[in-house]
Amino acid sequence: MSTPAETLDPKLAHVVSEWKHDRPMNGVRIDPQARYAVGVSEDAVASRFHLSDGTRTVLSGGFQGWGRALAFSSEGEFVVTGSTDGQITWWETAAESPEPVRIIAAHKGWVRSMDNSVDGSLIATGGNDNVVRVWNADSGEAVYELTGHEGHIYSVLFHPGGQWLLSGDLKGVIRQWDLTNGTEMRTFDAKKLHTYNAGQRVDYGGVRSLAVSPDGKLLAAGGLFEASNPFAGVNKPLVLLFDWDSQEVKQEHVTDGIERGVVWRLEWLSDGSLMGVSSGSEGVLLFWKPNAPGDFHRLTLPNQARDMDLHPDGLHVAVAHHDTSVRIIRLAAKTATTPVD
Amino acid sequence: MSLRYPCQSFEHSVARRNFLGTMAATGAGAIVGGLGAFTQPVLADQLKSDQKRIVIWDMHGGLSQLESWDPKPGTDTGGPFLSIPTSVPGIHISELMPLTAQQMHHLCLVRGVNIEENDHGIARYKMMTGREQIPGANEPRIGAVAARTLMPRDYALPGHIVISPGGGGGRSDDASYLGPRYASVQLGGGKPPENSTLPDSITVESDVARQEIRRRMNERFLRRRRTSIAEAYGHSYEQALQMMRQRDVFDVTKEPATDHERYGTHDLGRNALLARRLLEHGTPVVKVTHSNYDTHHENFNFHIEQLAEVDRAFSCFVEDLAVRGMLDSTLIVVLSEFGRTPRVNNRYGRDHWGKAWSIVMAGCRIPRGVTYGKTNDRGTEVIDGEVDHANLFHTYLAAAGVDTTGTFNIEGREVPIADPASEPIHAILG
Repeated sequence: MSTPAETLDPKLAHVVSEWKHDRPMNGVRIDPQARYAVGVSEDAVASRFHLSDGTRTVLSGGFQGWGRALAFSSEGEFVVTGSTDGQITWWETAAESPEPVRIIAAHKGWVRSMDNSVDGSLIATGGNDNVVRVWNADSGEAVYELTGHEGHIYSVLFHPGGQWLLSGDLKGVIRQWDLTNGTEMRTFDAKKLHTYNAGQRVDYGGVRSLAVSPDGKLLAAGGLFEASNPFAGVNKPLVLLFDWDSQEVKQEHVTDGIERGVVWRLEWLSDGSLMGVSSGSEGVLLFWKPNAPGDFHRLTLPNQARDMDLHPDGLHVAVAHHDTSVRIIRLAAKTATTPVD
Repeated sequence: MSLRYPCQSFEHSVARRNFLGTMAATGAGAIVGGLGAFTQPVLADQLKSDQKRIVIWDMHGGLSQLESWDPKPGTDTGGPFLSIPTSVPGIHISELMPLTAQQMHHLCLVRGVNIEENDHGIARYKMMTGREQIPGANEPRIGAVAARTLMPRDYALPGHIVISPGGGGGRSDDASYLGPRYASVQLGGGKPPENSTLPDSITVESDVARQEIRRRMNERFLRRRRTSIAEAYGHSYEQALQMMRQRDVFDVTKEPATDHERYGTHDLGRNALLARRLLEHGTPVVKVTHSNYDTHHENFNFHIEQLAEVDRAFSCFVEDLAVRGMLDSTLIVVLSEFGRTPRVNNRYGRDHWGKAWSIVMAGCRIPRGVTYGKTNDRGTEVIDGEVDHANLFHTYLAAAGVDTTGTFNIEGREVPIADPASEPIHAILG
């Protein structure tokens, strides 16, 4: 699946593979060695798809409820699932029939978000107990318990520099944590991503996704805004682009024409553009340049999308869909071997 | 279909019988008669000494039965939540209600509700009136009917209170032909009724004097033209005066701070505490509304939010009524206009579903720690003990001692208290 990096062109993005589970997918991650895409879904199993041919292996017996989040340990030896029963479960990624090798009751309530540090030594989890926890990815030992959020933790992200962790919550607060001592350093104001609807009396929105640009100068926070009717999902997708140093919002990526859109995940591409996946009336991959508010390209997907992960080659994306599929999208020109158009 | 008693004890197979349940009920008599459905004076006196009350928890918009009373974990319709055991072995409810689970021994879960309606307005009419909606007809809502049948004749304060998160002020038209005396007074935001203090510009002495003039004029008018409407008009003045004198009854801030903390420092916690206060002061009918559950989008997130409030407030409420000995005389109903679809849609939502859902009752003649009715493994249809809105309407009133085969006499016309084509759930009432 490797292709020369210089061929990246989001405007040529297209579906190359489509693999099915039997329940709607909630999340997907590609292992650091680019062997598998592992997905979690609206059931109590994970699905491992071999990237070479889509062969599916079901990982079962590790949790109850639904799988919600994923991360990998060092070099992808273990895939770690986070689920709505509050557990995180380690599985041997490449085993013929992976079994749970470690189960930890990590949070009271759902595990909503996970990330692994760049070196793979740490895993962070965010939960409905408003707590962020950091774990040793290999031993499962608890490293930090980070408190202070006043809403469910919707997103966690290790800074690519390795020294900081970011976490975003339902109320639109992003906290930056120092990984050398587990203390909070500062907060980013992303409250535009939060709505309290006085009529329906609910909090809605939240920081659904975080991404730091490779040069560390920009922090992107995705979600939704203008939520006039949360119960019907009447809102628009929104990405706030913060200057890392000043913490000022440099850009608001507002995307017109996507009814009920939510930016579920963000990834920076090697050409400096930002990619987001949104659901709504349909699934869509969105591409922005940091210096312009609107998207410069969008790829409408065959079904509502809920998560995505960038392949280590920077040219392919795995997308988790409601229609039980994981689709692989190529962000470049079609090749002779493209199996799905 | 029989009740499901997890303990299988013989005692549980004999439903508690309230003496009022055997009462004969006939016409309602004069429209202002609070005990019109009970025509035997001795029994009416007994009722006064053991005044029945009804409190309705109205989960507005359509509470999901799958996230509350009838979970189906591990199925394609079950959603992400687990079920948890309760204080009654064998009965499980959603993990979103752990505190309520500990009060299950007081509750009766009715899990086989089918009203065959998915429209908010029509379903709400059905659930609140116990009848089909017919063009041109406007039947009184359950609260008004309960007030009409349970409120003592000499009850001075408003007997039908709706506590809502916002809004408030004035009476609604939910009593229809029963008359304004039984229409609800809304306490928006848990505040005492609006305009219930004497204006600064009027002294107590001048107020007494002007009320005396009003009474004399009213009496003179009634001597010549006594009608039910004129009586109700005069009654509303007297009720307002009583409300002003007993304004503290509506003031939830008089409740201990510890109870405010227990019930939760949110609207529903405060409103539930106010409901307890009103019931303790003799209010016959109270409705607490909680808004909102119409979660077509992100159903699970919103149910986490909403049911966290309900779990805390409702569990305290049930426990307090039980500890204070009020459950024998107070019927608790938790209802909605319908439930939510077993199918989870592509936006993590659930849609309208009147075909197979749940309500909850407790207190009065309702047996405790039981379930009635059953849905299939995926919650898509009722497979045992199916009941509808009319059965439930009969059952609420019958549980509080009202003979629902009786009638109201409305300006000489006999109007059935409840849908005469239906009947209570006898397996529940015994």
